[in-house]
Amino acid sequence: MSLLAERIAAARAEGRAALIAYLPVGYPDVDTSIEAMVAAIEGGADALEVGVPYSDPGMEGPVIQEAMDVAVRAGVGLRHVLPAVRAVAAAGGVPVVMSYWNPIERYGVDRFADDLAAAGGAGAITPDLIPDEAGAWIAASDRTGLDRVFLVAPSSTDARLAATVAASRGFVYAASTMGVTGTRTTVSTAAGELVARTRTVAGDLPICVGLGVSNGDQAAEVAGFADGVIVGSAYVREMLDGRGAEGVRALSAELADGVRRAGVRA
Amino acid sequence: MTSSAVHPTQARPAPPARPSWPDATGHFGVFGGRFVPEALIAALDELTEAYEAMRVDPAFIAEFAALQRDYTGRPSPVTEVPRFAEHAGGARVLLKREDLNHTGSHKINNVLGQALLTRRIGKKRVIAETGAGQHGVATATAAALMGLSCTVYMGEEDTRRQALNVARMRLLGAEVVPVTTGSRTLKDAINEAFRDWVTNVEETNYVFGTVAGPHPFPAMVRDFQRVIGDEARAQVLEREGRLPDAVLACVGGGSNAIGIFTAFVPDDGVRLVGLEAGGDGVETGRHAATITGGAPGVLHGARSYLLQDDNGQTIESHSISAGLDYPGVGPEHSFLHDIGRAEYHPVTDAEAMEAFALLCRTEGIIPAIESAHALAGTLRLGRELGPDALLLVNLSGRGDKDVETASRWFGLGDRDEVDPGPGMDTDQQPTEGAVTSGDAVPGHEAGESA
Repeated sequence: MSLLAERIAAARAEGRAALIAYLPVGYPDVDTSIEAMVAAIEGGADALEVGVPYSDPGMEGPVIQEAMDVAVRAGVGLRHVLPAVRAVAAAGGVPVVMSYWNPIERYGVDRFADDLAAAGGAGAITPDLIPDEAGAWIAASDRTGLDRVFLVAPSSTDARLAATVAASRGFVYAASTMGVTGTRTTVSTAAGELVARTRTVAGDLPICVGLGVSNGDQAAEVAGFADGVIVGSAYVREMLDGRGAEGVRALSAELADGVRRAGVRA
Repeated sequence: MTSSAVHPTQARPAPPARPSWPDATGHFGVFGGRFVPEALIAALDELTEAYEAMRVDPAFIAEFAALQRDYTGRPSPVTEVPRFAEHAGGARVLLKREDLNHTGSHKINNVLGQALLTRRIGKKRVIAETGAGQHGVATATAAALMGLSCTVYMGEEDTRRQALNVARMRLLGAEVVPVTTGSRTLKDAINEAFRDWVTNVEETNYVFGTVAGPHPFPAMVRDFQRVIGDEARAQVLEREGRLPDAVLACVGGGSNAIGIFTAFVPDDGVRLVGLEAGGDGVETGRHAATITGGAPGVLHGARSYLLQDDNGQTIESHSISAGLDYPGVGPEHSFLHDIGRAEYHPVTDAEAMEAFALLCRTEGIIPAIESAHALAGTLRLGRELGPDALLLVNLSGRGDKDVETASRWFGLGDRDEVDPGPGMDTDQQPTEGAVTSGDAVPGHEAGESA
């Protein structure tokens, strides 16, 4: 059974969307980043995307790039993710790894799957891996029972939406705008349309929305049409600005309040 | 390595055949493919579909051919360089003169094709990455020619190394954006260009500069660059009645090399030799020799060899040549390497600069530092193969842009005072002896490499 889908279903049973936070491991250092992840869960996030620092993060805006750059220069990599996964699980959150593909390929796809499953991780989100290229990962995640979260975008054709949903487990990640990660002042109208289109082919698979959500009001808005709300750059901003774990905890509380305000999706 | 035993003298001019690779999804064996965010797949599909229709469209073929002839100045000539060849074991050396193209390098071949494609899919804005600035200049040129707006991403480090090309791009009406992330070189410029593209994809086409990136770029750029080898093969056959023993080219991303190799891939007797940027030496770790010193992985949308550490992080490359200073390489090169059809060897900064000086002095041709890597490989291979060998070298670009770098290397003047003039004749610069002696690359025994 999918850890992510279970947790999202539990949130829905409470009449709300799930809150999924993102933080990269290793900013400003490994231990502090793990403390912040635990604080994000304690503050009210259901799941945590444990970001793997990568030298060429093509989908990230400047905020996440800045944090990743520090972590990469300090030599932080996939192996540092496993203690973070264990800490998030111990705090009662569902840990899911967010990684560009090359660090996983370099680590070894099967070794990654085995180690992640053993650490209590739910699975992985792979922003630059489309199902078409994911044969090895699909096999490894099937073997180990891990979730695999692929992305859909406003530009995805109906055929690609269907294929991507069919390949995903846990949830499918709806990238709300055409662009990179970062906070935005408004939620794109494309987000609702994309979720509606995806819904027609998703069956029971939850749909979570990411890119551009940064505050409680936006979380409430997205929670009105999605099963989960993903927030990344706003959390990383707390770290970059030095507010640390307490800033992260407070942000989680605001966002958790937001996802409860919308009421359950019909 | 052994010299080829048989000269393929019976070879006749053949109509260009398209290689059987990549497959329909852009794979060259295990290499290539598409490792990009889903948001870009629709644009890549649109490009693939439009390109496949365009490349067989007689109207496009005629327009592209006319531009190549009347605007670029094709066909580029083949020049024999006997005084240079005296330093190459007496082998005969022919240069394919892509340096004489409009804008000064082979890059124009590709951008004219992609600019026509941009017009065909109805987009009004193009973006490009650039390292040495040659692809940026070529893209800015094509954009001016076809009335497209143009933004070029260039690593901040490279904007300093290649200030002349920054000025050229701005004169041509392009916006040049210095990239300040990561290593501030070509790889980071590519990341920024992808970020722009995913954000503005509805009105923007990404004019990719080399045979790397996600499908369809490696195959499409190859198709636009193969004119180099198609012409050269016919030119060599016509003047020599035989094919060359080896074809040599420098390899960064690898577009000029694929461009000259492709026509010769079916000619089993012709060695295909790619020269990678060895920087300070592959053993120092400060280099850009991706196939020699890297391992397969995923970077910039495709699986290929790349310089990476144990964490799968891209390692910053080092080369005196901005155009070769790239930690990746096009997937077709990785494929040609693994099937044994092409060979790849490193050339250090010092070897490249000696070959650079040698061509200047012996032939009156100032090559791009990128192309000088191929010339250094030619000196080695000529000594290995001896006087009967016929070597074809892609002189992919001219060295105007490199005058400041070269002047500093040879101690001809400081940064603010670049006046190589009479200094070139004094004995104060270090390679004088090497250049005028019979052995321009002391310390490199014949057969050591290349």
